[in-house]
Amino acid sequence: MELTRRQMLVTSGAALASVAGLPAFAATADDMIAELTGGAALGEGAITLDTPEIAENGNTVPVAVSAPGAKSITLYADGNPVPSVATFNFGPLNPSQNASTRIRLARTQNVMAVAEMADGSWQMAKAEVKVTIGGCGG
Amino acid sequence: MAKGVKPRVKVPKSASAGETITIKTLISHPMESGQRKDKEGNPIPRSIINRFVVDFNGQNVIDVTLEPAISTNPYFQFDSVVPEAGEFKFTWYDDDGSVYEETKSIDVS
Amino acid sequence: MKKVAIAATAVCLVFGPVSAEPDDDTLIINEELEMVTETAAPAHLENVSTIYSGWRFRTDETQSLQLDDFDNPAMIFVDQAIDLFNTVDGSEGKSCASCHESVEDFKGLTASMPKVIDGKLTVMEDLLNNHRATAMGAEPWKWSGPEMQSMVALIGVQSRGMPVNVAIDGEAAPYWEQGKEIYYTRYGQLELSCANCHEENYGNMIRADHLSQGQINGFPTYRLKQARLISKHNRFRGCIRDTRAETFAEGSDEFRALELYVASRGNGLSVETPAVRQ
Repeated sequence: MELTRRQMLVTSGAALASVAGLPAFAATADDMIAELTGGAALGEGAITLDTPEIAENGNTVPVAVSAPGAKSITLYADGNPVPSVATFNFGPLNPSQNASTRIRLARTQNVMAVAEMADGSWQMAKAEVKVTIGGCGG
Repeated sequence: MAKGVKPRVKVPKSASAGETITIKTLISHPMESGQRKDKEGNPIPRSIINRFVVDFNGQNVIDVTLEPAISTNPYFQFDSVVPEAGEFKFTWYDDDGSVYEETKSIDVS
Repeated sequence: MKKVAIAATAVCLVFGPVSAEPDDDTLIINEELEMVTETAAPAHLENVSTIYSGWRFRTDETQSLQLDDFDNPAMIFVDQAIDLFNTVDGSEGKSCASCHESVEDFKGLTASMPKVIDGKLTVMEDLLNNHRATAMGAEPWKWSGPEMQSMVALIGVQSRGMPVNVAIDGEAAPYWEQGKEIYYTRYGQLELSCANCHEENYGNMIRADHLSQGQINGFPTYRLKQARLISKHNRFRGCIRDTRAETFAEGSDEFRALELYVASRGNGLSVETPAVRQ
């Protein structure tokens, strides 16, 4: 069939868009977690994750995480350009396996904590933090 | 070395043997994430503190891997047990190779 | 479809703005220093009966950053100022410490600033740069730069907990009147005055921000947004720029006058320097 100019433009446009629209290969939080745990099942209930419901400024968001008995806790922010945030490895002198810090959140998203427990099992906790655009001078 | 990097650490002066104490640490550092662009639109390269280690009398308390999502002027709060009198050693490692250190002594009553 | 949309709008209108008033929390720093964050408005304030520190309008998480000097990120910069205080600078080969035995000698200074000195309205940044030039032969510090603001904060900490008490009469009167006029003047394409937001609408939300009374008792303030100490004039500039106006400059006479007036609106609140805000 004869292609009209319009049809040509539409099809080539669509073709371009489908190629251009592909994001550069970027790992998601889930990808990173799977890599960390080797795809192991993630239990729930062992981690306490403390985040604000609304972050007054996404540049500095206080986060606290606790998992008694954990060897390490890794934090992720699933909506950040790079989802990994930090890993806390607890040494022999650490009595309580908890840590607090302040993180950057680019937008409303989930903060996730993944803990490797002493017996090698894995745990996860997740919390949504709303990040607002601020107001004046915000 | 990143400019003007200064640690600020809170450790109680003394504790009873075996007591758990809470330690707060701050360090001034821009934590350039690598996401920002300069006025010409060129990306500003990442330059952050990427690791923070705390030892007491040679034994590890906590070893933190930091990514660019840790805020400017990284803050960490955590606990440590104090088995005996001694010295806490705090070490921050910068992407640019610099190492920042702080030590705090603690007595045991 | 239309019915549902109208019903939804009605629900939104009923719920209205989120939280109107400042919260009820009390600010006690380092478990010992009790701060006045709410008090009767000074007599010269006609339209406001109670004044509140900006601390009272922030979320619990932001507030908690100011409770302890090891949680407060501004304090690393105060520490840096202590180093500066002891550092020799300028042609005279002196440091601040060469003449000033201890920074604690400056207790009470910030609480009374800005004030008229030798016939000219003087703010803390003026005092520091003038002094650096005459006593130390040192280059002036950039107004909103890290050295200046960390030193302004260090001196401010010496007055922390004391009531703000700036003079508005006598020699200060003409500057105060000028500042008051600026405060109530609408600027910019958005035609907003300081009063439109900070007097008529404090407690309301401006987009997602809980509007405060615009007090400056906590400046220089560590703003989470910039993760550093922000000067009063920098903040004035930001506010006026956000009304889409050509703003006055940091260190301008207009901002000095405005600083005096705004400081006087907080007379009675505790000096909170260095505060933590969004």
